[in-house]
This record gives sequence, C-alpha cells and structure tokens, in this order.
Amino acid sequence: MAEFSTKHREDGEVNIIELNGYLDAHTAQHLEHAISDLITKNKYKVVVNFEQLKYISSAGLGVFMAFIETMRTNSGDIKLAAMQPSVYNIFDLLGFPLLYEIFPTETEAVNKFKY
Amino acid sequence: MNKTAKNIFEMKVKSSTENLGSIREFVEEKAMQSGIDKSIIDKIVLAVDEACTNIIKHAYNYDETTEFTVRVLISKTEFKVLLIDHGKSFDPNQIADPDMPTYLKQRRVGGLGLHLMRHLMDNVEYHNLEGNVNQLILTKKIA
Repeated sequence: MAEFSTKHREDGEVNIIELNGYLDAHTAQHLEHAISDLITKNKYKVVVNFEQLKYISSAGLGVFMAFIETMRTNSGDIKLAAMQPSVYNIFDLLGFPLLYEIFPTETEAVNKFKY
Repeated sequence: MNKTAKNIFEMKVKSSTENLGSIREFVEEKAMQSGIDKSIIDKIVLAVDEACTNIIKHAYNYDETTEFTVRVLISKTEFKVLLIDHGKSFDPNQIADPDMPTYLKQRRVGGLGLHLMRHLMDNVEYHNLEGNVNQLILTKKIA
C-alpha cells in the first residue's frame, strides 16, 4: 500500500536521491538504507529531490535528522529540493527550514555545493 | 472495512506499519466523501498516521499479532477519528510539546507525533478505559 522508492544519481561529487511515493514509518527504513549506503562509500554531499514525493510523516523527517550531523562533520550536507507544497508545509510547521537548506529546484541545490 | 451505521465507518487493522497506507486511504476516502477541503484532509490523514504509528510502536511494540480499530464519525460540524487499542497506555498530558529550535539544535529524532497531532487537529483526547481499552479521539471541525 505505502509505495515508496528511491533513485540515486551523481552529478560530479554531488549525490542526488530522488524520492517517489509515500514516506512514512513503514518506508522510512528504505530511505535510511539509501543514505547509509552513501555514507559507507564516504559520500557526504547529498541533494534529496522531493518532486515525486506525495506524502511525508514525522518518521520520514526523522531520517534526515539522523544523518545531517554525519554529513556536515564530513564537509557535506543534506540539501532538500523541489518539494510539493503539502510536503513543504510539514517541514515548515516543525521549523525544519531552520536546520535544512530547502531549494525550489534540484539544480539550485546541486549548484550550492559546486559554487 | 464495513459501514456500521450512517456516518460511522470502521476498520480493524493488524498492528503493522505496513497497514499505514491503507489506513490513510480509508480516512482520506471518508473525508473526501464528506466534501472536506483537500488541505484539511491532508491534516487529518497525517494526524491519524502519526497516531497509528504511535500505537504500533509504543502501545504494541511492533507486535504484529495484535490489532486496533480505526473508527470515523462524521457529523455536520466535526470529523472525528477514534483509535482504539488494547496495548500499553500512556498519559499525553505528561508529554509536553518539544521546543522546536532546541529539538533541531540537538538533532533529536522521533517524538514529534503527538506534537503534530495537536497542531493539525482541533482537539486530541485520550482515555484509558476499564479493561485496558485505550481510546484516542482526534477531532477536526469541518463547519
């Protein structure tokens, strides 16, 4: 029921994770694995593309919290991009824009790492 | 999933996060049939998801042999969702809303479910009834 998938791409040294579907307490583990996989490969510059993400609950938000420090202490970051308004509203309601850089497009997020 | 009376709808679900999607669909469908605005439906659905996640995680400690009930009650003025479980009870009055700037600074994970429910709904009520029945009532005004 709770369909969710991720896709991984690279743009130079920036790793892009595309989210698709519904991110909840059931599917959060899938995203955890995708990000853990990058850490094991010492890849710490991550852009998460939310364009195809239809839904997020607090379990999904928790995944970003769990990894942000590891990325930043290794000169990287998790930058978020292309959220649908309904998804952005949840981030905003909880004050997450204080901690995360959120960009309207993936290109802007990727460029922030490059320039 | 069956209609037990006019404007009362109920589903029983196994306590597994796998069922969160079908619970969301059930609540969304009932809310849509009531003609509620999409922005309000999104809030109700997320609050119910958070509440069910807490039941699965905290009341039943991921024991998939257990089950709980999701009951939707719709009146002209209110959309109510009752969640009934027989697991470990808790007192929401003992759980304060986190201070979000501190929460974010400390990179905390989890513990946002009840906070979200309180923000998204007009009323969140919890009763621990006789016979180990826990009842969480989420209410949204719709008129």
